[in-house]
Amino acid sequence: MSQAHKKIGDIMLKVEDISLSFGGVRALSGVSFDVREHEILAIIGPNGAGKSSMLNVINGVYHPQEGAITYKGSTRKQMRPHQAAKQGIARTFQNIALFKGMSTLDNIMTGRLLKMRRNFLWQALYWGPAQKEEIENRMVCEKIIDFLEIQAIRKTPVGRLPYGLQKRVELGRALAMEPDLLLLDEPMAGMNVEEKEDMCRFVLDVNDEFGTTIALIEHDMGVVMDISDRVMVLDYGRKIADGSPDEVRADQEVIDAYLGVSH
Amino acid sequence: MFYREAGQFKASYAADQSIFPIAQDRFGVLVILAVAFVFVPLVANEYWLRSILTPFLIFSLAALGLNILTGYAGQLSLGTAGFMAVGAFAAYNLQIRIPEIPFILDFVLAGLIAAAVGILFGLPSLRIKGFYLAVATLAAQFFLEWLFTRVGWFTNYSSSGVITAPPMVMFGFEFSGAQSRYLLTLSIVAVLALAAKNMVRSEIGRAWMAVRDMDVAAEVIGIRLLHTKLLAFAVSSFYCGIAGALWAYVYLGTVEPQAFDIFRSFEILFMIIIGGLGSILGSFLGAAFIVLLPIVLNNVSSIFAGGTLSAHTLSHLELVIFGSLIIFFLIVEPAGLARLWQIAKEKFRLWPFPY
Repeated sequence: MSQAHKKIGDIMLKVEDISLSFGGVRALSGVSFDVREHEILAIIGPNGAGKSSMLNVINGVYHPQEGAITYKGSTRKQMRPHQAAKQGIARTFQNIALFKGMSTLDNIMTGRLLKMRRNFLWQALYWGPAQKEEIENRMVCEKIIDFLEIQAIRKTPVGRLPYGLQKRVELGRALAMEPDLLLLDEPMAGMNVEEKEDMCRFVLDVNDEFGTTIALIEHDMGVVMDISDRVMVLDYGRKIADGSPDEVRADQEVIDAYLGVSH
Repeated sequence: MFYREAGQFKASYAADQSIFPIAQDRFGVLVILAVAFVFVPLVANEYWLRSILTPFLIFSLAALGLNILTGYAGQLSLGTAGFMAVGAFAAYNLQIRIPEIPFILDFVLAGLIAAAVGILFGLPSLRIKGFYLAVATLAAQFFLEWLFTRVGWFTNYSSSGVITAPPMVMFGFEFSGAQSRYLLTLSIVAVLALAAKNMVRSEIGRAWMAVRDMDVAAEVIGIRLLHTKLLAFAVSSFYCGIAGALWAYVYLGTVEPQAFDIFRSFEILFMIIIGGLGSILGSFLGAAFIVLLPIVLNNVSSIFAGGTLSAHTLSHLELVIFGSLIIFFLIVEPAGLARLWQIAKEKFRLWPFPY
């Protein structure tokens, strides 16, 4: 996919001066950045830099002490995760957070939860509108299953799947929400080269076909430099660089953070 | 060999999502229902209907209720018998105070009242989980038992603290015989079991299981945790409340609050652990195990050793065997009898080939 065809739009998410601490530990201090529509933004940094905390702040799992987040024009200080979900922010987790007791299909179907309107009394009858709704949402999920090439495992309990496939199912569950902003926390961690290539392809296709904005955390620099439009670097809870992959690669502070400096 | 879905192709999602997708299952369930509704009432004697099958069905219903809460939504509860007591005493009070309401509607209202009480005692579940929540629900158990023992209003100021269920009359027909009571219980249990199965295979069931398996991820997907947990408490308590009302009206007739003590709660918890957490079938298997096995043991032992051993030794021996069987089944399959049945089905598909 060539970068020239891509239309990167206006600022969708604006993060301003976020500070987050747990007791005495300062996880993030004064981080500001923005995410533009349809772009792929990579967040990188050494271990403990605050990358996952940043994602948790964006979708409301953590509540920052200072700073504000503006998403689609509305500013908020605090928000519950389910409200973020309602506004179209989906995410995957670094340690797989699938629902272990359920099948692949059911896991992906849970992603449709916000799209379902019938209450539990209708569902207890499983008849008429409730059944129609189940089938309509099943069709959407089947499209995602086709897209991710996991047809063969749709009825397998996810606990039995290998790691790479579990990551793929988790992506499927996030996609089922039809998000505008997709947060991926190390989608390729622990994968072999082939699985990584598959995952890169899915991420690029999601971005390309559905126009989904993606913010991802990744440690594999080859992947990051290849697929992202922009890279933001965190170190010790501070932003140290932000720019195109080439700019970031040449940035002295980034090199120091990764390789260390001699004093 | 005969249990195989080969050749049964699904051409629509509706067919694929039907409640029993495999033809043999559909047939099997119809046979079981036919036997339960037609054959059993014709051949079973009064003792079997009144003292074995009816309590088995009522226990299944209570286990179903607890399984929704603990097995599906993952909220451990020790207040089951307390919620059953709410159902029993609510149905009684509704009927003696507003006699115009038909008793079947009383049962539904009693279930709703139990659901409201369940929501109230489910509120701590937002903050506490696991064993700690179990202790919080223990408070419900002790408080409710105390309430019905101490506050005279609930027992209509009966001096002994015992309530006697009024006769159940609908359209001029009184449910007094063992047969009609068995059929009444069976109908209620069948309808509620179907509703439970439908709920757990729909969106609400998936939300419950999501909360059970990984609550952070569930919230990120857009599930409101408190709402979902409280709904599980409400539905569960509704089932338990109706089971309690049936226990009082259909099985015992006269009830004291001590019929719903902590041991009853444990009994039902054991049923779902042995039957299988997160399984509708498991609720029935667990109830059958706990209710029927002692009776089977009793009959078997009196056949084989009736003459040689004293009655005391025999009854102790039964307890020993019952206990060992529980341990045996839990070691063989910790996920319960329902899982054993599932494994058996998978083996049947391939039989006579090993794989």
